[in-house]
Amino acid sequence: MSTMEKNYKPEQPAVGQSISRLEGYEKVTGAARYAGEFNVSDLLYGYVINSTITKGKIISINTEKAEAIPGVVKVFHHKNRPSLAWFSMQYADMDAPPGSPFQPLADHKIKYNGQPIALLVAESFELARYAATLVEITYEQEDFKTDLIANITEARAPKGGLATFLKPPPPKPVGNFEKAYENSPFQASGKFVHGTEHHNPIELFTTTTVYKGKGKVTIYDKTQGTVNCQLYVANVFGLHFKDVRVISPYVGGAFGSGLRPQYQLFFSVLAALELKRNVRVTLDRHQMFTFGHRPPTVQFTRFGASADGKVNALNHEAIAETSRFEDYTEVVVNWSHMLYPAKNTLFKYNLVPLDVFSPLDMRAPGGSTGLHAIESTMDDLAYQMKIDPLEFRLINYAEQDESVGRPYSSKELRQCYLQGAEQFGWNKRNPEPRSMRRGNKLVGYGMATGIWEAMQLPARASATITTEGKLHVNSAVTDIGTGTLTVMSQIAADEMGLHMDDVTFTYGDSKMAFAPIQGGSFTVSSVGSAIKAACNALKKKILKKAKSIGNSPFKRVKIDEVIFADRKMISIDNPAVFISYSDIIAANGHKVIKSVNFAMPKVFKLKKYSRAAHSAAFVEVEVDEELGIINVTRAVTAVAAGKIINPKTARSQILGGMIWSISKALREESITDHRFGKYMNMNIAEYHIPVHADIHDLQVIFVEEKDDIVNELGTKGVGEIGLAAMPPAIANAIFHATGKRVNQFPIHFDTLM
Amino acid sequence: MNENKTKLTEEEKKLFGDLMPEELDEIISSGLNRRHFMKLMGLASAGLLASHLIGAEQLFARSAEIGDIADLAPAAIENGINVSFKVNNTAKKVLIDSRATLLDTLRERLDLTGSKKGCDHGQCGACTVIVDGKRVLSCLTLAATCEGKSVITIEGLAKDNELNPMQAAFLKHDGFQCGFCTPGQICSAVALMKEAKEGQASFVTADVRQNQQSVILSDEEIAERMSGNICRCGAYPNIVAAIKEAQTGKNVEQTWLFAG
Repeated sequence: MSTMEKNYKPEQPAVGQSISRLEGYEKVTGAARYAGEFNVSDLLYGYVINSTITKGKIISINTEKAEAIPGVVKVFHHKNRPSLAWFSMQYADMDAPPGSPFQPLADHKIKYNGQPIALLVAESFELARYAATLVEITYEQEDFKTDLIANITEARAPKGGLATFLKPPPPKPVGNFEKAYENSPFQASGKFVHGTEHHNPIELFTTTTVYKGKGKVTIYDKTQGTVNCQLYVANVFGLHFKDVRVISPYVGGAFGSGLRPQYQLFFSVLAALELKRNVRVTLDRHQMFTFGHRPPTVQFTRFGASADGKVNALNHEAIAETSRFEDYTEVVVNWSHMLYPAKNTLFKYNLVPLDVFSPLDMRAPGGSTGLHAIESTMDDLAYQMKIDPLEFRLINYAEQDESVGRPYSSKELRQCYLQGAEQFGWNKRNPEPRSMRRGNKLVGYGMATGIWEAMQLPARASATITTEGKLHVNSAVTDIGTGTLTVMSQIAADEMGLHMDDVTFTYGDSKMAFAPIQGGSFTVSSVGSAIKAACNALKKKILKKAKSIGNSPFKRVKIDEVIFADRKMISIDNPAVFISYSDIIAANGHKVIKSVNFAMPKVFKLKKYSRAAHSAAFVEVEVDEELGIINVTRAVTAVAAGKIINPKTARSQILGGMIWSISKALREESITDHRFGKYMNMNIAEYHIPVHADIHDLQVIFVEEKDDIVNELGTKGVGEIGLAAMPPAIANAIFHATGKRVNQFPIHFDTLM
Repeated sequence: MNENKTKLTEEEKKLFGDLMPEELDEIISSGLNRRHFMKLMGLASAGLLASHLIGAEQLFARSAEIGDIADLAPAAIENGINVSFKVNNTAKKVLIDSRATLLDTLRERLDLTGSKKGCDHGQCGACTVIVDGKRVLSCLTLAATCEGKSVITIEGLAKDNELNPMQAAFLKHDGFQCGFCTPGQICSAVALMKEAKEGQASFVTADVRQNQQSVILSDEEIAERMSGNICRCGAYPNIVAAIKEAQTGKNVEQTWLFAG
């Protein structure tokens, strides 16, 4: 213990700083190893064989030709698979919707096109891929239905269940919508049709299973939840949880596709356990279209406004695709009443089960779907009333969440509107459609509002003061490219008053402190809060230890009378009294001090508030008058998402969301040939994703928003909100440019010719 | 499977009690077993907490499973071919399956996993490497065609731990998120600098007849010439900024606001 000469000056906190990604060096040098890149000795390669029919039965599988080739080890299929978990519930993972999850190789039934039906294992990748083509399969086909539009009359309410905890059903009707709408002097209605989308992260789904002896496996997997996969593997294969370790240090994008264990995990573990060898299974790009996807939807809106410009009637109905075996739902129709305080509402959400795989959350699930319908209908109303679309939003600004009658924990949407509009130059807009042009290009300005719920899930974190007096924090959470490693290190550094250099955060391993699946923009709020909790407990342990030292000046000091800064615990009343972390460790017999803690949302406090991030997007498009070619020439997104931990990585998240918006509105769609029940463009050349040349001037504004309620960090998450407002803003800009309102996504140039 | 049928341990009961005190009595009296417990915990997004409490925590060991590069079993090679080529300025001689692509040879045989497989069809650009000074898609290049050639991969760009200026610019400008397309983007950008120096034209070059020398590329030119490299995370604006800075050596401002 020593004394300090000068008064203590706290250093600049790490939170709020634009810090470059801590794993950046590994990523720019190629040193970062993803799930399929661990150099495991004695490795076998598996290649999955998929059904070429959509519905029916497998009559025969002939593997003779394939297995005759030297180097082919085995073909696994439903007839020779080992005994596995019997109950479908054991295949349920943390993100399983109500229903019975798909069980690979369960029997001879084919439920959807591309269903994995066999795994060929060989000594090399080339051999496995080739030999898989020699496996002969005969089927008996049955009639199937894959077309949402053609089967829309089969829509029914989704099954309830625990899953509705995070995805609430539509709110009950308020007032009398039909009467109010009929009496509204201004009415706007629309039918909105969205196609299927596949996540298509650039990394292919891969699992490398290392066989560690009887019943034990270490798995390198591409996932958004190491613990979720551990749970799944242990349940399905009847292993002890402690014998299953799932490691996922780097994840090459996921966007929701890794929220559930995908079938390559099942096959890799199956083969490893049966063959007692190390096995890697990598899907190809075609196979990336054979599991979860954003479902196609049809939405209907009818909004009515009174003569004073107030929206008084909101009706939003959505019908979405699901599989025959699970009721996947998303929150599509709940948003409009959170944004606009109408007195009369009517919301409905129904599903049509079809012969497809279960849909799966994809970036801004439901929100990016519903907001298109809501914000384009609002735009339509504004034009009818000859009110500026921005002014119309301000007239109908919700001071509280009228859908549940609760205040917002914070809401700086007004500032998003105003600052976004100023940065964009919204006032230069000529309100008349088709009135602005550049040469042979029609120019249009459009804007829209975004909202995404701010959530927090239970999570744990472990915090340790190391023997060097530094801090080590860990969590099983993944970093799918969101910047988790960097922002968690920032949060931990500030909590313990350390430099970033003195903090290590390890993650992506199921053996570490429990973390929920990484999605829904809740990771920073969940895992960050757990780190805060662990650090708080660590501080108490440090004080307790300090008290135990002979003649300790901290004997009568309470925890709220000290601060933790500059690698020390310091008395607030007398900064000359302090103890460094290395001295504390020395006093602890050179042993580490550790705390593992749990953080849960403060449910009773939070119940009184609605919590959401908001945004406003402003978009300029150019549309070629003759050819209809659409180009998003510039866009501004202003975001209010509480505390921004790292503006650099957060901006990249919003930019990513903006590029996804361009993709959603103008590019990507998995197109089905319903005669065959199969997607026709299962590759990245024909499934269009924006390339460099499609992207022009994109600007991000973070509006300051203080929130002491949402969680201790004041964070709301930024993963989804960038994709909420901009797709409708693009559609609205196209209307302004051309005078044509196209409500089908993606918008194709031929609809504008 | 027995694991799933057993009753809860005391630790698990205690844990569940901490998490959901109201539900505990009801659940215990209704005969909760391990499987139901795990399901409930899963839905509360707190599954497997029990094993975390019980199991010993192990620190993350990145290199735990790295071993020697195994030779392929002879049976796995059909129509074997010996290829001699330079990889990152080191001579390599490998016996490969004649079907092996350059990408798979780099990744699976030479343990150079920096070059990525995103589509295996030449559509995404993640596998881009530099062969004899030109950017090529290694997934569309048979390794057997590389006899006598010189291949530079992402692992060969940094010299003695000092990043290539392009790598440093990507890091500074956050030109990636998940990092999976990054090696391809960087290799593509490095080769692009040579193309610009040679005055090569692109689709957006205003006058292709003019024989140009050492062009400084505009944002539009960079974006056009990088369009073979897809980034699903959407880091395009940051990648363009990074390439611009690496090309000019001048600081490029990031266009973003943090409004109060």
